[in-house]
Amino acid sequence: MAPAITTLAADAPELSAANTGFMLICSALVMLMTPALAFFYGGMVRVKSTLNMLMMSFISLGIVTILWVLYGFSIAFGTDSASLFGWSSEYVGLSGIGITELWPGYTIPVYVFAVFQLMFAIITPALISGALADRVKFTAWALFIALWVTIVYFPVAHWVWGTGGWLFDMGVIDFAGGTAVHINAGAAALGVILVIGKRVGFKKDPMRPHSLPLVMLGAGLLWFGWFGFNAGSWLGNDDGVGAVMFVNTQVATAAAMLAWLGYEKIRHGSFTTLGAASGAVAGLVAITPSGGSCSPLGAIAIGAIAGLLCAMAVGLKYKFGYDDSLDVVGVHLVGGVVGSLLVGFFATGGVQSEAKGLFYGGNADQLVKQAIGVFSVLAYSLIASAILALIIDKTMGMRVSEDDEVSGIDQVEHAETAYDFSGAGGGASSRSTAVAAPAAQETKKVDA
Amino acid sequence: MKLITAVVKPHRLDEIKEALQAFGVHGLTVTEASGYGRQRGHTEVYRGAEYTVDLVPKIRIEVLVEDEDAEQLIEVVVKAARTGKIGDGKVWSVPVETAVRVRTGERGPDAL
Repeated sequence: MAPAITTLAADAPELSAANTGFMLICSALVMLMTPALAFFYGGMVRVKSTLNMLMMSFISLGIVTILWVLYGFSIAFGTDSASLFGWSSEYVGLSGIGITELWPGYTIPVYVFAVFQLMFAIITPALISGALADRVKFTAWALFIALWVTIVYFPVAHWVWGTGGWLFDMGVIDFAGGTAVHINAGAAALGVILVIGKRVGFKKDPMRPHSLPLVMLGAGLLWFGWFGFNAGSWLGNDDGVGAVMFVNTQVATAAAMLAWLGYEKIRHGSFTTLGAASGAVAGLVAITPSGGSCSPLGAIAIGAIAGLLCAMAVGLKYKFGYDDSLDVVGVHLVGGVVGSLLVGFFATGGVQSEAKGLFYGGNADQLVKQAIGVFSVLAYSLIASAILALIIDKTMGMRVSEDDEVSGIDQVEHAETAYDFSGAGGGASSRSTAVAAPAAQETKKVDA
Repeated sequence: MKLITAVVKPHRLDEIKEALQAFGVHGLTVTEASGYGRQRGHTEVYRGAEYTVDLVPKIRIEVLVEDEDAEQLIEVVVKAARTGKIGDGKVWSVPVETAVRVRTGERGPDAL
Protein backbone atom coordinates (compact mmCIF):
# COMPACT_ATOMS: atom_id res chain seq x y z
CA MET A 1 0.00 0.00 0.00
CA ALA A 2 1.34 3.39 -0.91
CA PRO A 3 1.56 5.92 1.88
CA ALA A 4 -1.17 8.52 1.64
CA ILE A 5 1.15 11.50 1.81
CA THR A 6 2.81 10.79 -1.52
CA THR A 7 -0.45 9.96 -3.26
CA LEU A 8 -2.11 13.12 -2.08
CA ALA A 9 0.88 15.33 -2.73
CA ALA A 10 1.13 14.10 -6.30
CA ASP A 11 -2.53 14.76 -7.00
CA ALA A 12 -2.60 18.35 -5.75
CA PRO A 13 -5.36 17.78 -3.17
CA GLU A 14 -8.61 19.65 -3.00
CA LEU A 15 -10.58 20.46 0.09
CA SER A 16 -12.56 17.40 1.15
CA ALA A 17 -15.77 18.14 2.97
CA ALA A 18 -15.84 14.63 4.39
CA ASN A 19 -12.32 14.80 5.79
CA THR A 20 -12.84 18.32 7.07
CA GLY A 21 -16.03 17.37 8.88
CA PHE A 22 -14.38 14.23 10.25
CA MET A 23 -11.44 16.24 11.56
CA LEU A 24 -13.63 18.87 13.21
CA ILE A 25 -15.42 16.07 15.07
CA CYS A 26 -12.09 14.47 15.98
CA SER A 27 -10.86 17.82 17.29
CA ALA A 28 -13.92 18.12 19.51
CA LEU A 29 -13.37 14.55 20.74
CA VAL A 30 -9.78 15.35 21.68
CA MET A 31 -10.93 18.52 23.45
CA LEU A 32 -13.18 16.34 25.63
CA MET A 33 -10.15 14.36 26.79
CA THR A 34 -8.88 17.22 28.93
CA PRO A 35 -11.96 17.51 31.17
CA ALA A 36 -12.08 13.68 31.08
CA LEU A 37 -8.52 13.64 32.38
CA ALA A 38 -9.56 16.13 35.06
CA PHE A 39 -12.19 13.67 36.32
CA PHE A 40 -9.80 10.71 36.00
CA TYR A 41 -7.28 12.53 38.18
CA GLY A 42 -9.85 14.32 40.33
CA GLY A 43 -11.35 11.08 41.60
CA MET A 44 -7.94 9.72 42.55
CA VAL A 45 -7.02 12.47 45.01
CA ARG A 46 -8.33 13.03 48.50
CA VAL A 47 -11.50 15.05 49.08
CA LYS A 48 -9.59 18.14 50.16
CA SER A 49 -7.78 18.64 46.85
CA THR A 50 -10.39 17.53 44.33
CA LEU A 51 -11.07 20.95 42.86
CA ASN A 52 -7.41 21.83 42.53
CA MET A 53 -6.85 18.62 40.59
CA LEU A 54 -9.74 19.42 38.26
CA MET A 55 -8.50 22.97 37.79
CA MET A 56 -4.91 21.97 37.03
CA SER A 57 -6.20 20.23 33.91
CA PHE A 58 -8.94 22.70 33.05
CA ILE A 59 -6.68 25.77 33.15
CA SER A 60 -4.66 24.28 30.34
CA LEU A 61 -7.66 24.82 28.05
CA GLY A 62 -7.33 28.53 28.77
CA ILE A 63 -3.60 29.12 28.75
CA VAL A 64 -2.47 26.84 25.94
CA THR A 65 -5.28 27.88 23.60
CA ILE A 66 -4.19 31.51 23.72
CA LEU A 67 -0.46 30.75 23.41
CA TRP A 68 -1.14 28.37 20.52
CA VAL A 69 -2.86 31.10 18.55
CA LEU A 70 -0.22 33.69 19.44
CA TYR A 71 2.89 31.69 18.57
CA GLY A 72 2.54 27.98 19.46
CA PHE A 73 1.26 26.76 16.11
CA SER A 74 4.03 28.64 14.38
CA ILE A 75 6.78 27.09 16.52
CA ALA A 76 5.34 23.56 16.25
CA PHE A 77 4.30 23.53 12.61
CA GLY A 78 5.87 26.55 10.98
CA THR A 79 7.57 25.51 7.77
CA ASP A 80 10.65 27.77 8.02
CA SER A 81 12.20 24.99 10.01
CA ALA A 82 15.43 25.11 11.93
CA SER A 83 15.09 21.38 12.63
CA LEU A 84 14.64 22.00 16.38
CA PHE A 85 11.73 24.42 16.01
CA GLY A 86 9.69 25.95 13.23
CA TRP A 87 8.39 29.40 12.38
CA SER A 88 6.01 30.85 9.82
CA SER A 89 5.03 34.45 10.29
CA GLU A 90 1.59 33.95 8.77
CA TYR A 91 0.79 31.48 11.54
CA VAL A 92 1.38 34.09 14.26
CA GLY A 93 -2.04 34.95 15.61
CA LEU A 94 -3.38 32.58 12.93
CA SER A 95 -3.71 35.80 10.99
CA GLY A 96 -2.23 35.05 7.59
CA ILE A 97 -4.18 31.89 6.81
CA GLY A 98 -6.89 31.78 4.16
CA ILE A 99 -10.06 29.98 5.19
CA THR A 100 -9.82 27.52 2.32
CA GLU A 101 -6.03 27.24 2.40
CA LEU A 102 -5.14 23.54 2.75
CA TRP A 103 -2.61 21.96 5.07
CA PRO A 104 0.17 20.98 2.65
CA GLY A 105 -0.31 17.47 1.28
CA TYR A 106 -3.76 17.03 2.82
CA THR A 107 -7.39 17.73 2.05
CA ILE A 108 -8.27 19.72 5.17
CA PRO A 109 -7.89 23.46 5.82
CA VAL A 110 -4.93 24.76 7.81
CA TYR A 111 -7.39 26.03 10.40
CA VAL A 112 -8.70 22.51 10.98
CA PHE A 113 -5.21 21.11 11.34
CA ALA A 114 -4.30 23.94 13.71
CA VAL A 115 -7.29 23.36 15.95
CA PHE A 116 -6.81 19.57 15.97
CA GLN A 117 -3.19 19.96 17.02
CA LEU A 118 -4.18 22.59 19.58
CA MET A 119 -6.12 19.94 21.50
CA PHE A 120 -2.97 17.81 21.74
CA ALA A 121 -1.04 20.81 23.03
CA ILE A 122 -3.71 21.37 25.69
CA ILE A 123 -3.87 17.86 27.10
CA THR A 124 -0.12 17.25 27.25
CA PRO A 125 0.70 19.68 30.10
CA ALA A 126 -2.54 18.64 31.81
CA LEU A 127 -1.20 15.08 31.91
CA ILE A 128 1.77 16.27 33.97
CA SER A 129 -0.46 17.63 36.72
CA GLY A 130 -1.33 14.18 38.07
CA ALA A 131 2.19 13.79 39.43
CA LEU A 132 1.97 17.08 41.32
CA ALA A 133 -1.37 16.52 43.06
CA ASP A 134 -2.11 18.20 46.38
CA ARG A 135 0.92 20.42 46.75
CA VAL A 136 1.56 23.01 44.01
CA LYS A 137 0.54 26.68 44.03
CA PHE A 138 -1.99 27.31 41.31
CA THR A 139 -0.22 30.42 40.02
CA ALA A 140 3.08 28.53 39.88
CA TRP A 141 1.37 25.76 37.93
CA ALA A 142 -0.20 28.22 35.49
CA LEU A 143 3.19 29.84 34.89
CA PHE A 144 4.76 26.40 34.50
CA ILE A 145 2.24 25.44 31.82
CA ALA A 146 2.91 28.63 29.85
CA LEU A 147 6.69 28.20 29.99
CA TRP A 148 6.61 24.44 29.46
CA VAL A 149 4.54 24.44 26.30
CA THR A 150 6.70 27.25 24.92
CA ILE A 151 10.06 25.68 25.68
CA VAL A 152 9.24 21.97 25.60
CA TYR A 153 5.96 21.03 23.92
CA PHE A 154 5.91 23.34 20.89
CA PRO A 155 9.50 22.47 19.87
CA VAL A 156 9.12 18.74 20.58
CA ALA A 157 5.92 18.63 18.51
CA HIS A 158 8.00 20.15 15.72
CA TRP A 159 10.76 17.54 16.14
CA VAL A 160 8.25 14.70 15.87
CA TRP A 161 5.59 15.93 13.43
CA GLY A 162 6.73 19.20 11.89
CA THR A 163 7.97 19.47 8.34
CA GLY A 164 11.75 19.62 8.75
CA GLY A 165 11.66 18.43 12.36
CA TRP A 166 14.73 16.28 12.99
CA LEU A 167 12.93 13.18 14.32
CA PHE A 168 10.31 13.44 11.57
CA ASP A 169 13.01 13.59 8.93
CA MET A 170 14.81 10.63 10.50
CA GLY A 171 11.68 8.48 10.06
CA VAL A 172 10.69 8.04 13.70
CA ILE A 173 7.10 6.79 13.80
CA ASP A 174 4.85 8.53 16.30
CA PHE A 175 1.38 8.13 14.89
CA ALA A 176 -0.64 10.15 17.38
CA GLY A 177 1.73 11.31 20.08
CA GLY A 178 3.34 8.53 22.12
CA THR A 179 6.57 10.48 22.00
CA ALA A 180 5.39 14.08 21.69
CA VAL A 181 2.55 13.71 24.19
CA HIS A 182 2.99 10.82 26.61
CA ILE A 183 6.75 10.39 26.93
CA ASN A 184 7.04 14.16 26.90
CA ALA A 185 4.51 14.60 29.71
CA GLY A 186 5.72 11.61 31.72
CA ALA A 187 9.35 12.73 31.63
CA ALA A 188 8.32 16.27 32.54
CA ALA A 189 6.35 14.93 35.50
CA LEU A 190 9.42 13.06 36.71
CA GLY A 191 11.58 16.17 36.28
CA VAL A 192 9.23 18.37 38.29
CA ILE A 193 8.62 15.97 41.17
CA LEU A 194 12.36 15.45 41.59
CA VAL A 195 12.52 19.22 42.22
CA ILE A 196 9.43 19.77 44.37
CA GLY A 197 9.55 16.60 46.45
CA LYS A 198 6.94 14.42 48.10
CA ARG A 199 3.54 15.17 49.50
CA VAL A 200 3.42 15.63 53.26
CA GLY A 201 2.75 12.19 54.69
CA PHE A 202 3.82 10.22 51.59
CA LYS A 203 4.16 6.54 52.50
CA LYS A 204 2.83 7.29 56.01
CA ASP A 205 -0.71 8.65 55.65
CA PRO A 206 -3.39 6.86 53.67
CA MET A 207 -3.99 8.66 50.37
CA ARG A 208 -6.84 6.65 48.96
CA PRO A 209 -8.77 7.84 45.91
CA HIS A 210 -11.84 9.67 47.16
CA SER A 211 -14.15 8.74 44.25
CA LEU A 212 -13.56 5.76 42.02
CA PRO A 213 -16.79 6.45 40.11
CA LEU A 214 -15.26 9.78 39.02
CA VAL A 215 -12.12 7.92 37.96
CA MET A 216 -14.23 5.51 35.89
CA LEU A 217 -16.18 8.37 34.34
CA GLY A 218 -12.92 10.07 33.40
CA ALA A 219 -11.38 6.87 32.03
CA GLY A 220 -14.48 6.11 29.98
CA LEU A 221 -14.56 9.59 28.48
CA LEU A 222 -10.82 9.42 27.81
CA TRP A 223 -11.28 6.16 25.93
CA PHE A 224 -14.09 7.75 23.89
CA GLY A 225 -12.12 10.92 23.15
CA TRP A 226 -9.05 8.88 22.27
CA PHE A 227 -10.72 7.71 19.06
CA GLY A 228 -10.49 11.30 17.86
CA PHE A 229 -6.93 11.51 19.11
CA ASN A 230 -5.81 8.36 17.32
CA ALA A 231 -8.11 7.81 14.35
CA GLY A 232 -7.96 11.53 13.56
CA SER A 233 -4.19 11.60 13.41
CA TRP A 234 -4.10 10.48 9.78
CA LEU A 235 -5.90 13.76 9.03
CA GLY A 236 -8.44 12.15 6.77
CA ASN A 237 -10.23 9.02 5.81
CA ASP A 238 -9.30 8.33 2.21
CA ASP A 239 -7.31 5.13 2.54
CA GLY A 240 -8.46 3.22 5.59
CA VAL A 241 -5.43 3.93 7.78
CA GLY A 242 -7.56 5.90 10.24
CA ALA A 243 -9.99 2.99 10.46
CA VAL A 244 -7.17 0.53 11.23
CA MET A 245 -6.07 2.94 13.93
CA PHE A 246 -9.61 3.02 15.33
CA VAL A 247 -9.74 -0.78 15.53
CA ASN A 248 -6.25 -0.99 17.05
CA THR A 249 -7.15 1.62 19.65
CA GLN A 250 -10.10 -0.44 20.78
CA VAL A 251 -8.38 -3.84 20.91
CA ALA A 252 -5.15 -2.63 22.51
CA THR A 253 -7.10 -0.85 25.24
CA ALA A 254 -9.17 -3.94 25.92
CA ALA A 255 -6.07 -6.13 26.08
CA ALA A 256 -4.27 -3.73 28.40
CA MET A 257 -7.20 -3.55 30.78
CA LEU A 258 -7.39 -7.35 30.96
CA ALA A 259 -3.63 -7.66 31.43
CA TRP A 260 -3.58 -5.09 34.26
CA LEU A 261 -6.51 -6.83 35.97
CA GLY A 262 -4.90 -10.25 35.59
CA TYR A 263 -1.63 -9.03 37.07
CA GLU A 264 -3.46 -7.46 39.99
CA LYS A 265 -5.57 -10.55 40.68
CA ILE A 266 -2.46 -12.70 40.88
CA ARG A 267 -0.36 -10.16 42.74
CA HIS A 268 -2.92 -8.58 45.11
CA GLY A 269 -5.94 -10.84 45.04
CA SER A 270 -8.65 -8.62 43.50
CA PHE A 271 -9.82 -7.20 40.20
CA THR A 272 -9.97 -3.52 41.14
CA THR A 273 -11.87 -0.66 39.53
CA LEU A 274 -8.81 1.55 39.61
CA GLY A 275 -6.86 -1.24 37.93
CA ALA A 276 -9.41 -1.50 35.11
CA ALA A 277 -9.35 2.27 34.54
CA SER A 278 -5.55 2.45 34.75
CA GLY A 279 -5.06 -0.54 32.46
CA ALA A 280 -7.32 1.02 29.85
CA VAL A 281 -5.36 4.27 29.94
CA ALA A 282 -2.05 2.38 29.74
CA GLY A 283 -3.31 0.60 26.60
CA LEU A 284 -4.48 3.85 25.04
CA VAL A 285 -1.08 5.41 25.71
CA ALA A 286 0.85 2.49 24.24
CA ILE A 287 -1.22 2.17 21.06
CA THR A 288 -0.98 5.91 20.38
CA PRO A 289 2.46 5.78 18.73
CA SER A 290 2.21 2.24 17.42
CA GLY A 291 -1.37 1.68 16.26
CA GLY A 292 -0.82 3.18 12.82
CA SER A 293 1.84 0.66 11.92
CA CYS A 294 0.66 -2.65 13.39
CA SER A 295 -2.11 -5.18 12.76
CA PRO A 296 -4.99 -5.74 15.20
CA LEU A 297 -3.25 -8.86 16.55
CA GLY A 298 -0.12 -6.80 17.03
CA ALA A 299 -2.24 -4.21 18.83
CA ILE A 300 -3.52 -6.87 21.23
CA ALA A 301 0.08 -7.85 22.01
CA ILE A 302 1.16 -4.23 22.43
CA GLY A 303 -1.78 -3.50 24.72
CA ALA A 304 -1.20 -6.58 26.85
CA ILE A 305 2.52 -5.89 27.22
CA ALA A 306 1.85 -2.26 28.14
CA GLY A 307 -0.88 -3.18 30.63
CA LEU A 308 1.40 -5.64 32.35
CA LEU A 309 4.50 -3.42 32.43
CA CYS A 310 2.59 -0.32 33.58
CA ALA A 311 0.88 -2.29 36.36
CA MET A 312 4.31 -3.40 37.52
CA ALA A 313 5.80 0.09 37.10
CA VAL A 314 3.35 1.96 39.33
CA GLY A 315 4.82 0.23 42.37
CA LEU A 316 8.29 1.58 41.65
CA LYS A 317 7.59 4.96 43.23
CA TYR A 318 7.34 3.31 46.63
CA LYS A 319 10.57 1.46 46.01
CA PHE A 320 12.51 4.48 44.78
CA GLY A 321 10.78 6.96 47.09
CA TYR A 322 9.72 9.61 44.55
CA ASP A 323 6.15 10.78 44.91
CA ASP A 324 4.49 10.59 41.52
CA SER A 325 1.06 11.11 43.09
CA LEU A 326 -1.17 9.62 40.39
CA ASP A 327 1.41 7.57 38.47
CA VAL A 328 2.01 9.79 35.47
CA VAL A 329 5.47 8.24 35.15
CA GLY A 330 4.22 4.70 35.69
CA VAL A 331 1.41 4.99 33.14
CA HIS A 332 2.29 7.68 30.59
CA LEU A 333 6.07 7.55 30.49
CA VAL A 334 6.31 3.77 30.73
CA GLY A 335 3.31 3.22 28.43
CA GLY A 336 4.66 5.71 25.90
CA VAL A 337 8.14 4.18 25.89
CA VAL A 338 6.72 0.66 25.56
CA GLY A 339 4.39 1.62 22.69
CA SER A 340 7.04 3.63 20.84
CA LEU A 341 9.69 0.92 21.07
CA LEU A 342 7.27 -1.85 20.10
CA VAL A 343 6.83 -0.16 16.71
CA GLY A 344 10.31 -1.53 16.05
CA PHE A 345 8.94 -5.05 16.56
CA PHE A 346 5.34 -4.93 15.37
CA ALA A 347 5.34 -2.58 12.35
CA THR A 348 3.94 -4.62 9.46
CA GLY A 349 5.08 -2.31 6.69
CA GLY A 350 1.56 -2.30 5.24
CA VAL A 351 -0.42 0.36 7.05
CA GLN A 352 1.02 3.78 7.85
CA SER A 353 4.49 3.33 6.36
CA GLU A 354 6.61 0.71 4.67
CA ALA A 355 8.94 0.40 7.63
CA LYS A 356 8.91 -3.19 8.93
CA GLY A 357 9.61 -4.24 12.50
CA LEU A 358 11.68 -7.21 13.64
CA PHE A 359 8.68 -9.55 13.79
CA TYR A 360 7.67 -8.83 10.19
CA GLY A 361 10.90 -9.54 8.43
CA GLY A 362 12.38 -6.15 9.06
CA ASN A 363 15.70 -5.36 10.65
CA ALA A 364 16.56 -3.33 13.72
CA ASP A 365 16.63 -0.02 11.80
CA GLN A 366 13.17 1.12 12.88
CA LEU A 367 13.79 0.02 16.46
CA VAL A 368 16.96 2.14 16.59
CA LYS A 369 15.07 5.14 15.19
CA GLN A 370 12.30 4.66 17.73
CA ALA A 371 14.84 4.45 20.54
CA ILE A 372 16.48 7.68 19.41
CA GLY A 373 13.06 9.35 19.38
CA VAL A 374 12.14 7.99 22.80
CA PHE A 375 15.32 8.87 24.59
CA SER A 376 15.96 12.26 23.03
CA VAL A 377 12.48 13.50 23.95
CA LEU A 378 12.69 11.83 27.36
CA ALA A 379 16.01 13.46 28.18
CA TYR A 380 15.12 16.90 26.84
CA SER A 381 11.76 17.03 28.59
CA LEU A 382 13.13 15.68 31.88
CA ILE A 383 15.99 18.16 32.06
CA ALA A 384 14.15 21.21 30.71
CA SER A 385 11.15 20.60 32.97
CA ALA A 386 13.33 20.17 36.05
CA ILE A 387 15.13 23.43 35.28
CA LEU A 388 11.81 25.27 34.75
CA ALA A 389 10.47 23.93 38.03
CA LEU A 390 13.68 24.92 39.78
CA ILE A 391 13.49 28.49 38.44
CA ILE A 392 9.84 28.86 39.48
CA ASP A 393 10.58 27.30 42.86
CA LYS A 394 13.48 29.69 43.54
CA THR A 395 11.53 32.77 42.51
CA MET A 396 7.85 32.53 43.41
CA GLY A 397 7.91 29.15 45.16
CA MET A 398 6.35 26.07 43.63
CA ARG A 399 4.66 24.55 46.68
CA VAL A 400 2.00 25.70 49.09
CA SER A 401 2.95 25.80 52.78
CA GLU A 402 2.91 22.56 54.71
CA ASP A 403 -0.04 23.76 56.81
CA ASP A 404 -2.06 24.57 53.72
CA GLU A 405 -1.20 21.24 52.16
CA VAL A 406 -2.37 19.37 55.23
CA SER A 407 -5.57 21.36 55.64
CA GLY A 408 -6.38 21.08 51.94
CA ILE A 409 -5.25 22.92 48.85
CA ASP A 410 -8.77 23.59 47.54
CA GLN A 411 -9.51 26.19 50.17
CA VAL A 412 -6.25 28.10 50.07
CA GLU A 413 -5.90 28.15 46.31
CA HIS A 414 -9.50 28.33 45.13
CA ALA A 415 -11.62 29.45 48.13
CA GLU A 416 -13.94 26.53 47.48
CA THR A 417 -14.40 22.94 48.52
CA ALA A 418 -15.66 20.15 46.32
CA TYR A 419 -18.38 18.76 48.55
CA ASP A 420 -20.75 20.18 51.14
CA PHE A 421 -20.73 17.89 54.15
CA SER A 422 -22.51 20.31 56.46
CA GLY A 423 -25.79 18.39 56.10
CA ALA A 424 -24.41 15.45 58.06
CA GLY A 425 -24.62 16.07 61.78
CA GLY A 426 -27.06 18.97 61.90
CA GLY A 427 -25.49 21.61 59.73
CA ALA A 428 -28.71 23.48 59.10
CA SER A 429 -27.67 26.42 61.22
CA SER A 430 -24.15 26.58 59.87
CA ARG A 431 -25.45 26.51 56.31
CA SER A 432 -28.10 29.12 56.59
CA THR A 433 -26.35 31.67 58.75
CA ALA A 434 -25.78 34.33 56.21
CA VAL A 435 -22.90 35.52 54.26
CA ALA A 436 -20.08 36.37 56.59
CA ALA A 437 -20.01 33.46 58.97
CA PRO A 438 -19.98 30.09 57.26
CA ALA A 439 -16.48 29.97 55.86
CA ALA A 440 -14.76 29.03 59.09
CA GLN A 441 -17.38 26.51 60.13
CA GLU A 442 -17.46 24.57 56.92
CA THR A 443 -13.69 24.55 56.69
CA LYS A 444 -13.26 22.23 59.60
CA LYS A 445 -15.68 19.62 58.40
CA VAL A 446 -14.05 18.97 55.10
CA ASP A 447 -10.86 17.70 56.68
CA ALA A 448 -12.55 15.20 58.92
CA MET B 1 -35.99 -2.11 82.47
CA LYS B 2 -33.09 -2.96 80.25
CA LEU B 3 -31.38 -1.19 77.39
CA ILE B 4 -30.45 -3.63 74.64
CA THR B 5 -27.68 -2.38 72.39
CA ALA B 6 -26.70 -4.19 69.21
CA VAL B 7 -23.74 -3.22 67.02
CA VAL B 8 -24.22 -5.20 63.82
CA LYS B 9 -23.68 -5.27 60.08
CA PRO B 10 -25.63 -2.50 58.31
CA HIS B 11 -27.29 -4.80 55.78
CA ARG B 12 -29.01 -6.78 58.54
CA LEU B 13 -31.04 -3.75 59.66
CA ASP B 14 -34.21 -4.69 57.79
CA GLU B 15 -34.26 -8.25 59.13
CA ILE B 16 -33.65 -7.04 62.66
CA LYS B 17 -36.39 -4.40 62.39
CA GLU B 18 -38.89 -6.96 61.15
CA ALA B 19 -37.95 -9.42 63.88
CA LEU B 20 -38.33 -6.75 66.56
CA GLN B 21 -41.71 -5.69 65.21
CA ALA B 22 -42.88 -9.30 65.20
CA PHE B 23 -41.73 -9.57 68.80
CA GLY B 24 -43.86 -6.54 69.72
CA VAL B 25 -41.23 -3.83 70.15
CA HIS B 26 -42.77 -0.41 69.54
CA GLY B 27 -39.72 1.76 69.07
CA LEU B 28 -36.01 1.70 68.48
CA THR B 29 -33.10 4.00 67.76
CA VAL B 30 -30.63 3.39 64.94
CA THR B 31 -27.26 5.12 64.65
CA GLU B 32 -24.51 4.78 62.08
CA ALA B 33 -21.38 3.54 63.78
CA SER B 34 -17.96 2.24 62.93
CA GLY B 35 -15.55 -0.06 64.69
CA TYR B 36 -13.86 -3.41 64.72
CA GLY B 37 -13.80 -6.58 66.73
CA ARG B 38 -11.32 -9.41 66.96
CA GLN B 39 -11.11 -9.84 63.22
CA ARG B 40 -9.94 -6.21 62.83
CA GLY B 41 -10.90 -4.39 59.62
CA HIS B 42 -10.09 -5.26 56.05
CA THR B 43 -7.46 -4.45 53.44
CA GLU B 44 -8.07 -2.37 50.32
CA VAL B 45 -5.69 -2.19 47.37
CA TYR B 46 -5.26 0.86 45.12
CA ARG B 47 -2.77 0.32 42.29
CA GLY B 48 -0.91 -2.13 44.48
CA ALA B 49 -0.77 0.15 47.53
CA GLU B 50 -2.47 -1.63 50.41
CA TYR B 51 -4.51 0.29 52.97
CA THR B 52 -5.74 -1.34 56.13
CA VAL B 53 -9.19 -0.08 56.98
CA ASP B 54 -9.58 -0.67 60.72
CA LEU B 55 -12.92 0.96 61.34
CA VAL B 56 -15.59 -0.72 59.28
CA PRO B 57 -19.16 0.57 58.97
CA LYS B 58 -21.68 -0.78 61.49
CA ILE B 59 -25.08 0.20 62.78
CA ARG B 60 -25.97 0.55 66.42
CA ILE B 61 -29.53 -0.38 67.40
CA GLU B 62 -30.88 0.55 70.82
CA VAL B 63 -34.11 -0.76 72.30
CA LEU B 64 -35.64 -0.29 75.76
CA VAL B 65 -37.52 -3.34 77.10
CA GLU B 66 -38.94 -4.65 80.31
CA ASP B 67 -36.69 -6.93 82.36
CA GLU B 68 -38.59 -10.15 81.68
CA ASP B 69 -38.40 -9.65 77.90
CA ALA B 70 -34.71 -8.82 77.77
CA GLU B 71 -33.22 -12.31 77.35
CA GLN B 72 -35.72 -13.34 74.73
CA LEU B 73 -35.26 -10.11 72.82
CA ILE B 74 -31.50 -10.53 72.76
CA GLU B 75 -32.03 -13.94 71.19
CA VAL B 76 -34.33 -12.41 68.55
CA VAL B 77 -31.75 -9.77 67.63
CA VAL B 78 -28.87 -12.24 67.52
CA LYS B 79 -30.83 -14.59 65.29
CA ALA B 80 -31.79 -11.81 62.87
CA ALA B 81 -28.31 -10.30 62.77
CA ARG B 82 -26.36 -13.51 62.26
CA THR B 83 -24.73 -14.25 58.89
CA GLY B 84 -22.18 -16.71 60.27
CA LYS B 85 -19.27 -14.70 58.89
CA ILE B 86 -16.75 -12.65 60.82
CA GLY B 87 -17.81 -9.16 61.83
CA ASP B 88 -21.42 -10.04 62.69
CA GLY B 89 -21.20 -7.79 65.76
CA LYS B 90 -22.27 -7.85 69.40
CA VAL B 91 -25.42 -7.47 71.45
CA TRP B 92 -25.50 -6.54 75.14
CA SER B 93 -27.90 -5.27 77.75
CA VAL B 94 -27.58 -2.89 80.69
CA PRO B 95 -30.00 -1.99 83.46
CA VAL B 96 -31.91 1.26 83.06
CA GLU B 97 -32.97 3.30 86.09
CA THR B 98 -35.80 5.16 84.49
CA ALA B 99 -37.36 6.18 81.21
CA VAL B 100 -39.76 9.05 80.51
CA ARG B 101 -42.03 9.62 77.52
CA VAL B 102 -41.41 13.26 76.71
CA ARG B 103 -44.87 14.03 75.33
CA THR B 104 -46.90 12.77 78.31
CA GLY B 105 -44.47 12.52 81.20
CA GLU B 106 -45.28 8.79 81.70
CA ARG B 107 -42.53 6.88 83.49
CA GLY B 108 -41.16 3.34 83.65
CA PRO B 109 -42.84 0.53 81.67
CA ASP B 110 -45.65 2.91 80.67
CA ALA B 111 -43.14 5.01 78.79
CA LEU B 112 -42.07 2.17 76.51
